[in-house]
Amino acid sequence: MNEEATQERVTHTLGDIAIKIREMHKWYGQFHVLKDINLDVQNGERIVVCGPSGSGKSTMIRCINRLEEHQRGDIIVDGVELTNDLKNIEAVRREVGMVFQHFNLFPHLTVMENCTLAPIWVRKMPKAEAEETAMKYLERVKIPEQAHKYPGQLSGGQQQRVAIARSLCMNPKIMLFDEPTSALDPEMIKEVLDVMIELAREGMTMICVTHEMGFAKTVANRVIFMDEGQIIEQNEPEEFFNNPQNERTQLFLSQILQH
Amino acid sequence: MSTPEQKYAPGTHPDLPPPFASTGPIKWIRENLFSSPANVTMTFLAIYALYLILPGAFSWAFSDATFVAEDRNECRALNSGACWAFIAQRWQLFTFGFYPPDERWRVVLAFVLLILVVIALLWENCPARKPLLILACVFPFLATWLLLGGFGLEKVSTDQFGGFMLTIVIGVTGIALSLPIGILLALGRQSNLPIIKYACVAFIEFIRGVPLITLLFVASTMLSYFLPPGTNFNLLLRVLIMVTLFASAYMAEVIRGGLQAIPKGQTEAADAMGLKYWQSMRLIVLPQALKISIPGIVNTFIGLYKDTTLVIVIGLLDPLGIGQASLADTKWQGLSSEVYLFVAIFFFISCFAMARYSLYLERKLDTGYKR
Ligand SMILES: Nc1ncnc2c1ncn2[C@@H]1O[C@H](COP(=O)(O)OP(=O)(O)OP(=O)(O)O)[C@@H](O)[C@H]1O
Ligand SMILES: [Mg+2]
Repeated sequence: MNEEATQERVTHTLGDIAIKIREMHKWYGQFHVLKDINLDVQNGERIVVCGPSGSGKSTMIRCINRLEEHQRGDIIVDGVELTNDLKNIEAVRREVGMVFQHFNLFPHLTVMENCTLAPIWVRKMPKAEAEETAMKYLERVKIPEQAHKYPGQLSGGQQQRVAIARSLCMNPKIMLFDEPTSALDPEMIKEVLDVMIELAREGMTMICVTHEMGFAKTVANRVIFMDEGQIIEQNEPEEFFNNPQNERTQLFLSQILQH
Repeated sequence: MSTPEQKYAPGTHPDLPPPFASTGPIKWIRENLFSSPANVTMTFLAIYALYLILPGAFSWAFSDATFVAEDRNECRALNSGACWAFIAQRWQLFTFGFYPPDERWRVVLAFVLLILVVIALLWENCPARKPLLILACVFPFLATWLLLGGFGLEKVSTDQFGGFMLTIVIGVTGIALSLPIGILLALGRQSNLPIIKYACVAFIEFIRGVPLITLLFVASTMLSYFLPPGTNFNLLLRVLIMVTLFASAYMAEVIRGGLQAIPKGQTEAADAMGLKYWQSMRLIVLPQALKISIPGIVNTFIGLYKDTTLVIVIGLLDPLGIGQASLADTKWQGLSSEVYLFVAIFFFISCFAMARYSLYLERKLDTGYKR
């Protein structure tokens, strides 16, 4: 028990590689959607990915948990290489949580059942323990009182917080966020971002596709800009926003900062 | 402007009854029957139509009907309405076919067990549900044993099955098997593996493209050409297989419609959490897809149940077959209205019960996510 705990702390110290992507390419049919992606993410690192619509941001992070298959290059997540081997894919998915733009909660299950499903069926956790864990995370996203409602009875912001809690219940090492706030009304964006900021403070490894530049400035270690399937530029947030090098980055930033 | 003085101090206002005719039956009648001139006209037309039909139908079926008589002529002499005496004399034949009279308790017992099993399966808060569900698992074997005999019971040949009992045997088997087979076919049709996918497509399209009667003829005659000579393969079993396959093909398409209505995000979320394919189907996709498909599924069940009457063409005596045979009896000639009405009522009760249950289920499973 003790040994396990120390081991976990060691692997989580910043500096170890959580995700390694090397010369990765992906095509949809004839369409070359991702071109020569190289990316290292360290444990505890928080990365924000931005770029114009259709630039391949979603596709890239969906390759990390193999919701999309890459055709060339390597992706190694938490020491496991993603190949066609189902064992590897399952191992990676157990350790990587994902939050979607449209929440993707299971509408026929209560909030509590949404949160306990994967721990019970994937981690083989006893039901009582899974419910206890779920309650802990629902409290952390500040909606324990909604546990027995159905997702359809919650507001958008509440649903997204449930989705975050649901991912956390699997106790993941890495969290992927794909535009978690862009389907939300402005007053709900903040409640979701607050939860994400807290998560970042606790040292979670995060890759987050978002256009919330305030969030990027507050929590990111690194901001990545993508265009036409390539990583065009990456830098610390300060440098990235104040001193963008590439002209496409400059154009993009001038467009979104206008608002 | 001065406000009128309050009659009660704040917080002491009693609960008053609602104003007259704003609730209850009077409100219902006013809103549903007399809400507009067109509605008033329709109401009176409907009342007039009922006035024309009901008294005649009632006196034919009840007040002018004969319930005890020896033959048709006695019926006619006694009264002018329906001759239920015919049905009263033959109801055992209609119910059990030619099942040996001394062994009929076995059919009744199997039927009672079936009712218990169905209640336990369909009603979530049923008392003693656990033991009944265990009964449900062994019921297929138990029922087969009770109906066919062997192992200490007198053997009964399936040739002796008939009437409502035959309908229920074919209908229940078909319903119980076509749902799971239909689910597998629908999932197979969506599979990424081409062999599985095209096998399912070919099966569904072939079975759907052929009338059930043809399949039944194949079952009764042609199968003996395909099977090695000497194999004696029970006719009822062949019919069960054909009816089940036929209903499964329709079921598969109904369920495929439901599967397509489930957003891709649902399986993606399940995948991202590490659920395996079968887990994500069983826990996430199918519960939602089947819920959407309930009307279509029950529709297929009802169709299958009524299609069991087609077995008459290959010589099995379902209630309609028994009815036709009975009508040929010279003592009782010309009583087709009574016979067909009787059989129709049996089918109507079964099918109406299925329809009502499906409505109940839809309401129960509604978790308010249709925004
Ligand atoms: N299943 C698919 N088949 C074919 N093309 C696809 C598919 N999914 C995405 N694409 C294309 O790939 C490109 C990248 O899509 P992706 O969703 O990754 O963009 P994105 O950067 O996330 O954009 P957005 O900001 O709008 O979400 C787009 O041009 C899109 O049209
Ligand atoms: Mg996207």
